[in-house]
Amino acid sequence: MSATPVVLAGAAAAATPRRRYKAARQLARRPAAVAALVMVLAFIVAAVAAPRLAPYDPSAIDYRALRKAPSAAHWLGTDEVGRDVLSRVLWGARASLLAGVIPVSIAVALSVPLGLFSGVVGGWTDGLIMRINDAMLSIPFLIVAIALAAFLGPGLGNAMIAIGIAALPTFVRLVRGTVLAIRTEEFVEAAQALGCSRPRVAVRHILPNTLPPLFVQASITVAAAIIAEASLSFLGLGQQPPAPSWGSMLNAAQRYLSQAPWMALYPGLMIFGIVMALNVLGDGLRDVLDPRHQ
Amino acid sequence: MALWLYVARRLAVLVPTLFFVSVLIFALQQLLPGDAAVALAGEENDPEAVAAIRARYHLDRPIPVQYGIWLGRVLVGDFGESLRSRIPVRELLVSKLPVTVELALCSMLIALCIGIPAGILSATRKGTAVDVVANFFALSGLSVPHFWLGIMLILLFAVRLGWLPASGYVPPWEDLRRNLTTILLPSVVLGTGVAGVIMRHTRSAMLQTLGADYVRTARAKSVPERLVILKHALRNALIPVITLGAIEFGRLLSGAVLTEQVFAIPGFGKLLVDGVFNRDYAVVQAVVLVSATLYVLLNLGADVLYFLANPRLRGST
Repeated sequence: MSATPVVLAGAAAAATPRRRYKAARQLARRPAAVAALVMVLAFIVAAVAAPRLAPYDPSAIDYRALRKAPSAAHWLGTDEVGRDVLSRVLWGARASLLAGVIPVSIAVALSVPLGLFSGVVGGWTDGLIMRINDAMLSIPFLIVAIALAAFLGPGLGNAMIAIGIAALPTFVRLVRGTVLAIRTEEFVEAAQALGCSRPRVAVRHILPNTLPPLFVQASITVAAAIIAEASLSFLGLGQQPPAPSWGSMLNAAQRYLSQAPWMALYPGLMIFGIVMALNVLGDGLRDVLDPRHQ
Repeated sequence: MALWLYVARRLAVLVPTLFFVSVLIFALQQLLPGDAAVALAGEENDPEAVAAIRARYHLDRPIPVQYGIWLGRVLVGDFGESLRSRIPVRELLVSKLPVTVELALCSMLIALCIGIPAGILSATRKGTAVDVVANFFALSGLSVPHFWLGIMLILLFAVRLGWLPASGYVPPWEDLRRNLTTILLPSVVLGTGVAGVIMRHTRSAMLQTLGADYVRTARAKSVPERLVILKHALRNALIPVITLGAIEFGRLLSGAVLTEQVFAIPGFGKLLVDGVFNRDYAVVQAVVLVSATLYVLLNLGADVLYFLANPRLRGST
């Protein structure tokens, strides 16, 4: 997983509405970022509207249409038990969307208070939290996710918890690093001099400024989480059959590569497309939100 | 600062990190739903078997004591034995690690051969079509799910063209040619992802060095452009790339899980996945612990390389 921390030169002003508007305008001037945003929105629409868009029931078995090549009736062909690949790809987008958003939400929800607390309090508490965090960071992302999913048991819910926990240390380090950078800014010292309590300074003055880099990291981590969910489902640790997921579709497709290559092609292209779009969008967001990248 | 002092300082941080890694990995066992002894017994519901497992793994003792016993064994290289094959886990690790190391080395070679020239080309032709194409491929390498790319390459080179074997592994000392043909596709799969990272970092480092005063001076002295790029700019740009390579090598050692699964390569990743499916928790814990330790040590190696390559760090106190 990409763990590039975005440190904020001049982050103090980053959270103001004017700055946000300027960032949005700068982003709109980048054709690649706009195209990526359109792709991400299309992915969200496909996932949300899958019941309306899918031409068939994704679990409907049709033994008269086993492994049929793409045709007018089945645009992306059918799988080993005659299920429509297009319908399963559309419904599979739901699992990917959930797996992209929920683990990142778990990671953000846990990392913000933890990183803020660690950075603001400092001392041995900070040292202890960061040592545990370093330990988690030293185990590769996918290995943590696989090990956790293995011990928690297979299923989309457990896979999302595993991915969220695996992504947590990157966010904790990012939030804590940003807090340390902002803690010495003049506006924070001014707030302290005016008698603001430590929790108030942390929540009202420091927290808003940790959001831009967190936002960039979140967009990149959604991409990593989608790949992680597909990987876990591919291994049989994520979404369980017959529920559709791009990873489990690829797992099944492996056995029919020579007879039905379309079974492997389209789910993989979907993962590739959405992850690429999220990475391009993440690059664009980093460029406009971090002055050092401009 | 002396090198030994630098290494000693880094080791001082590394020891507590590894301690917490061991705690986290031991804690995984506590996540097992219900009674760990019943879970470890698998399908055997025999109360005597469960009681034997409980006594054997000290599961009837307090958790800190269990951790102490486990860590004491791990420190002398005793990871227990595989619940399925009854082979000591250490033997499994020793037999699988060389396969993954070979795969990681071949992948790294491919990544360096693609990533560094592409990064140089992209930086020296910034803003041109070459730059755009190189960036597109770098981002594609970072975005493509490796296991899917593996499946697609098998489809093309093994199923359609029949040029390379679809899966399997032959050790190099048995048949070098077959070894290379079996390792080529998985190395390309893993190498393309790392090539993307190396290309982006080489490009960024080259852009910085190409704008440096000493490069401008070299150009003012009419040094041929090829020499300016390769001798003056690249040599300095490679310092961060070398350390990045060491870190990426660490990732490759542990990140080949799905690629090994797709190509049926009997390495570390496959050992982990097989351990997961067989509910062989001692194997899973050992693979995760060894992967994390290797990753931490390679990170230390990367830092030492950076220290050696960067004269400014050596001069600091």
